[in-house]
Amino acid sequence: MPSPRYWREVPSRYRLEAVRCRGCGKVSFPARRICPKCRGQDFEQIALSRRGNVVTSTVIHVPPDEFLNEAPYAVALVETPEGARLMTQVVDCDPDTVLPGMEVTLEFRLIRKEGHGGIRCYGHKGVPVA
Amino acid sequence: MREVAVVAAGMTRFGELWESSLRDLFAEAAAEALHNANADHVDDIFIGNMSGGQFVGQEHLGPLMADQLGMSGVSATRVESACASGGAALRQGFMAVASGMSDLVLATGVEKMTDGADVTNVLASAADQENEVYHGITFPGLYAMIARAYMEAHGATEEDLAWVAVKNHRHGAMNPKAQFRREIDVDDVLRSTMVASPLRMLHCSPVSDGAAAVLLCPLDQAAKYTDKPVKIIGSGMATGPMALADRDDPAVLDSVAKSAARAYEMAGVSPESVQVAEVHDCFSIAEVCCIEALGLACAGEGGQAARGGVTALGGRIPVNTSGGLKSKGHPVGATGVAQAIEIFEQLRGEAGDRQVDGARVGLTQNMGGSGASSVVHIFEGV
Amino acid sequence: MAGIVGYGAYIPRNRIKTEEIARQWGKDPEAISRGLLLREKSVPGLDEDTITISVSAARGALDRAGIDPSKIGALYVGSESHPYAVKPSGTIVSEVLGIAPEVHIADFEFACKAGTEAMFVALGLVESGRVEYAMGIGADTSQGAPNDALEFSASAGGAAFIFGEPNQLVEVVDTYSYTSDTPDFWRREGEFYPRHGGRFTGEPAYFKHVLSASREMLRKTGLKASDFRFAVFHMPNGKFPLSAGKQLGFTKEQLEVGWLVPTMGNTYSGSSPTGLAAVLDVADPDDLIFMTSFGSGAASDSFVFKATDLLPERRGLARTVRELMDRPKRYLTYGEYAKYREKIILNA
Repeated sequence: MPSPRYWREVPSRYRLEAVRCRGCGKVSFPARRICPKCRGQDFEQIALSRRGNVVTSTVIHVPPDEFLNEAPYAVALVETPEGARLMTQVVDCDPDTVLPGMEVTLEFRLIRKEGHGGIRCYGHKGVPVA
Repeated sequence: MREVAVVAAGMTRFGELWESSLRDLFAEAAAEALHNANADHVDDIFIGNMSGGQFVGQEHLGPLMADQLGMSGVSATRVESACASGGAALRQGFMAVASGMSDLVLATGVEKMTDGADVTNVLASAADQENEVYHGITFPGLYAMIARAYMEAHGATEEDLAWVAVKNHRHGAMNPKAQFRREIDVDDVLRSTMVASPLRMLHCSPVSDGAAAVLLCPLDQAAKYTDKPVKIIGSGMATGPMALADRDDPAVLDSVAKSAARAYEMAGVSPESVQVAEVHDCFSIAEVCCIEALGLACAGEGGQAARGGVTALGGRIPVNTSGGLKSKGHPVGATGVAQAIEIFEQLRGEAGDRQVDGARVGLTQNMGGSGASSVVHIFEGV
Repeated sequence: MAGIVGYGAYIPRNRIKTEEIARQWGKDPEAISRGLLLREKSVPGLDEDTITISVSAARGALDRAGIDPSKIGALYVGSESHPYAVKPSGTIVSEVLGIAPEVHIADFEFACKAGTEAMFVALGLVESGRVEYAMGIGADTSQGAPNDALEFSASAGGAAFIFGEPNQLVEVVDTYSYTSDTPDFWRREGEFYPRHGGRFTGEPAYFKHVLSASREMLRKTGLKASDFRFAVFHMPNGKFPLSAGKQLGFTKEQLEVGWLVPTMGNTYSGSSPTGLAAVLDVADPDDLIFMTSFGSGAASDSFVFKATDLLPERRGLARTVRELMDRPKRYLTYGEYAKYREKIILNA
């Protein structure tokens, strides 16, 4: 992961910064320049709540190399109260228990790293609410 | 717009073709098509290829492949739409002929996947890098999520999905160019290694090398090349949101429905007229969702189609008589063109044991990524 | 003058039992457990590190403080397992929490006392008037070498403390630090595991500094052990803090709440800070709290705290140490533990 590409995503990955279109109200996460619903370009900045519900999910058994030792792990589409959806791992539980409707909080975790010498890349993951 | 005909085809076998490089594959398929048409020059070449760059470090395929054909100087370009690259190349060729710009066009697709690249990562580049792949999702993982959402909504089971693979293997066993020419049963599928739940190894199309090529020309010039041309009567392309998170319903492939609607409209036919179809079964669930989006099965009934024999040879609407991506193989960029070749042969009555009797109207649907792009072509026997 | 206006802690949910590690190396699990007064320790997930632990703990501190994060003028993370050798943990923590960009950041290291060190500096900066609020965090995911005594205790966890003047939950009555150059435990640049001097880490290191700092802290403030409701000491194992406490005149009751080590392990820079957080979770207004940390190398930081009326009101706004310790845990085999702690040589 080249540094500038990672650094640019810090506001969305670290702070869940999103935008709400002033024209139609659609929330886009991460922020975009053009609203996918109405093509407006006037947005207000918001930050997503650190919680949501699972919409759909899977358990990855054959992972990419960077995630070799973490498999099997669950990945889910989580919807936040603002109506935004994001893809995120769901951890701290048996991956097979991750099902639609599950309530999760979004916690700050290490997502990946570039081998031994590259940068460490962070973001949020879902953790089931007890 | 002029009427466009497919007049010849050529294709390598699909599989792990260690002896053939990217350029060898291309040359073999293209040469076969040119030979079958008795043509020795073309006006334009379109090369569908998802990622020569990431798989074998080779970009700039237009001039490279024209050169390999001994046709250096010809206009030639690579066309990319992830797994729909082949269909997109076919569409570019169609437009070049239909518009009057070119009189003989080679529409091809090629992919070399087994030279040691990290295939999982390369295929994942068809998905949203920053928001999906970043978090550890894989290509099978995306389709697994679509499968789960579909299964939740319509009550389909892992077994229903397994039937798609079983059917396609039965067809592929009759295809001399297929990667896997052996049948499997439902147990084989359900016992295979879990890849991304609920999708198992045998729900997933393989990693393959291969190339496919067709020659296109205006219908009124087809007699120069063949006495059995096949018309392309409709072409439709559509995109959809890249990330699953941005789709209204993860179980619904909007791009497929839109691309199909555009093709049906251009062709002036309805789904009921389609007698044979090649549908993008990169994963079993994809065939299920796509036949619904194509209007070949009603919403919620796609899951039962393979199991119930509806989409098998001899059924109401045979799908993937070639063996589909699952059994025939899926050299990414080549697939869309290979699909066209199967329909071409079907509509010429040359599909041998796989023949759908009396087939006059056929359809191909080629899809990119997790459904973010789709290209549909409709063909009619002349 | 200044005090704690917010605090938070975080401990990962994975555990490995002492007996599982003992079994791996052919040792007597009972003897080890009894000798160290240790039953199990926390293990960070592959996706957890000092930075993620710091963020979780700091979020609790911000929730309890109820202040605008951008008002924090300094943030210090003390650890001996900073994820980068060069690139601070604090910059990432401050970006996540909305504290950046107007903040002073520095990472601290001093073996196990890097946390109280960060707290000491944060406190001083607020007292000097140079910043309105400052946060000190102690967090670690330290490594113990395979088949070494420290493998039984080296664990993961941390706590964060925001210092400020108005609305203190806990007053800081006084501090005292005692330092010498003592090579009891160290890690050279580039080495994966630390090394230590065996029994040398006891009397001349831990006890010398903990007792010297604590005795002077008591003398300086004119207080006796019995004046305090709670006492927290650095916990390299179960025995040392009980022994130090006893030598200073503290009772088991006073030590009990903060004595997390038997089921948490030694969270290094997070050790006494998490013990302090556990105490703050239950302390009553006006309770006096004694804390002495220890960092090999070596030094101890001593603190005397006093709980205020605000503490019981605000502490419900974030998870308590007890809630963190009692939530569902995942027990690992040695093989899983070795995988999580990256002790297995991979084909990188």
